[in-house]
Amino acid sequence: MIPENLLDNPVVAALKDLATAAKLEFDELTVEIAPGSIVEALRRVKKDLQFERLTSVTGVDRYPAEPRFEIVYHLQAIAKKQRLRLKARVASDPCEIESATSVYRSANWYERETFDLFGVRFAGHPDLTRIVMPDDWEGHPLRKDYPVTGTRY
Amino acid sequence: MADVKDTGVLDAAELPAETTPVEMPNDRGVTSERAVELDYNEHLKSKSGPRSMVLNMGPQHPSTHGVLRLLLELDGEEILKAAPDIGYLHTGIEKEFEQKTYQQGVTLTDRIDYLAPLSNNLAYCLAAEKLLGLEIPELAQWTRVMLAEFTRLNSHLVWLGTHAIDIGAMSVFLYCFREREEILRVFEMFSGQRMMTSYFRIGGLALPHPRGWQKRVKDFVDIFPSRVDEYEELLTTNRIWTGRTKGVGYISLEDMLDLGVTGPMLRAAGLKIDVRKDAPYSSYEKFDFEVPTRTENDVFARYQLRIEEMRQSCKIIKQALEGMPSGSHQADAPGIVLPEREKMKTQMEALIYHFKIVSEGFRVPEGEVYSAIESPRGEVGCYMVSDGTQKPYRVHWRGPSFGNLQSIPTLIEGTLIADVIAALGSMDFVLGDTDR
Repeated sequence: MIPENLLDNPVVAALKDLATAAKLEFDELTVEIAPGSIVEALRRVKKDLQFERLTSVTGVDRYPAEPRFEIVYHLQAIAKKQRLRLKARVASDPCEIESATSVYRSANWYERETFDLFGVRFAGHPDLTRIVMPDDWEGHPLRKDYPVTGTRY
Repeated sequence: MADVKDTGVLDAAELPAETTPVEMPNDRGVTSERAVELDYNEHLKSKSGPRSMVLNMGPQHPSTHGVLRLLLELDGEEILKAAPDIGYLHTGIEKEFEQKTYQQGVTLTDRIDYLAPLSNNLAYCLAAEKLLGLEIPELAQWTRVMLAEFTRLNSHLVWLGTHAIDIGAMSVFLYCFREREEILRVFEMFSGQRMMTSYFRIGGLALPHPRGWQKRVKDFVDIFPSRVDEYEELLTTNRIWTGRTKGVGYISLEDMLDLGVTGPMLRAAGLKIDVRKDAPYSSYEKFDFEVPTRTENDVFARYQLRIEEMRQSCKIIKQALEGMPSGSHQADAPGIVLPEREKMKTQMEALIYHFKIVSEGFRVPEGEVYSAIESPRGEVGCYMVSDGTQKPYRVHWRGPSFGNLQSIPTLIEGTLIADVIAALGSMDFVLGDTDR
């Protein structure tokens, strides 16, 4: 749900048909996007709203709630000195969202990291492999159901 | 001897065109189906034919400053393809944040970018303070600015020294570490620690100012500008130095923005971007300083830029020293900052607060924030999600080195291998920051 006081915001207005929710907290704008249209939303903010830089992509695991994962995109408009957070929710099955690499090349490593640590797959990513964990690691450490104590052997 | 092959040369035609995914048994001998198969031979496929060879640079190569592994495909001296491989220093800090209370998390941030611990402390504290809605006293804010600039000097000095060693100028390192030692003494004076300071805490500073800090800082700012001249004397007009750095390591501004590069690399390409000016935090708006830029966009420009940044940082420290406001070093927030030692001995409430903060931490209201600061290497971002408990629900660390390293292939492909060392050095990455 988009609160009425945000409808005038140019960013929210441009994403109105794709957004499912928006909020302005701590002076930070968050727009929640339907997971199927995240690439379209990113393309729009890059082309029309001059958010030149994708600062980071990461995930938040809301286990055991469903849809389980929030994929969070932080963007920056350098000339306008604005920041924006886009968010898309991904269910645990199928745990997949379209890759942003076709819009921002910097998404490459951040998506690999999110895949590595959360197990969220990014469809259309050029090289979706583990980046910080060993290649033969089992499990995805930043998931909330991943144990933090105990031994592996 | 005709059938003995030169082992250094790989013939692309002899490699299988399609590599079949290999079932990788793990340590227990259990074969697991991996989510995505790494194509190990992909790097060996040549673009230019049988003349190329693959060189594995790192993870122990001295110029990779830590444990960066670079797979380079070479045609003679020329780099055809580069594939950086990171993760050797992954310590799961983001996971660990979730197991620690907010105040305990400060100690983890020191260890992310171990050359700029106070910058990291600052990003983390600002995020938590934003969630808590804390008002930080001026004295604490100014001290934060001063020590963050000392951190910048510290980091730039290590960078200059090691970068010069990489390129072959040994003595610069000794001069740089002479001044760095003084900075570490300042850190030790303030926090009791030379490197892992954890001096900034949520709500202010860990300790009040030490006695006699003004003299030590003043001695430093008085002497430092002349020391920067000394480094410049050693390098700026040095023909070997300019020969190795001028016109080397070019990468277009568009590429850098698209690849998420931040910090001095962008400023050396002419873009005036600095979080300290664009979105001032911790009262940076009260300080008078310039954001230096260069337009040459090569290794030499990045060197000159950082030299100028050191002069500006020194200027900021001087202003902080002269205008240091008086007041408390911690916010007035019982239940979040630890009570004074003396009060604990006489007041019941202080004792209770102390016990509660130490044993279970404090609750932080629900919400999510992203706090960005300008670290020596670029933009450090701390994305913190709170669920209303005493421990962060999620902390994501946007390290500048991680973003900058992504540009390595674009930066070095097509250049010569000797220039790789100079180009990598000019990027100034820290692997602890990359892998977390």
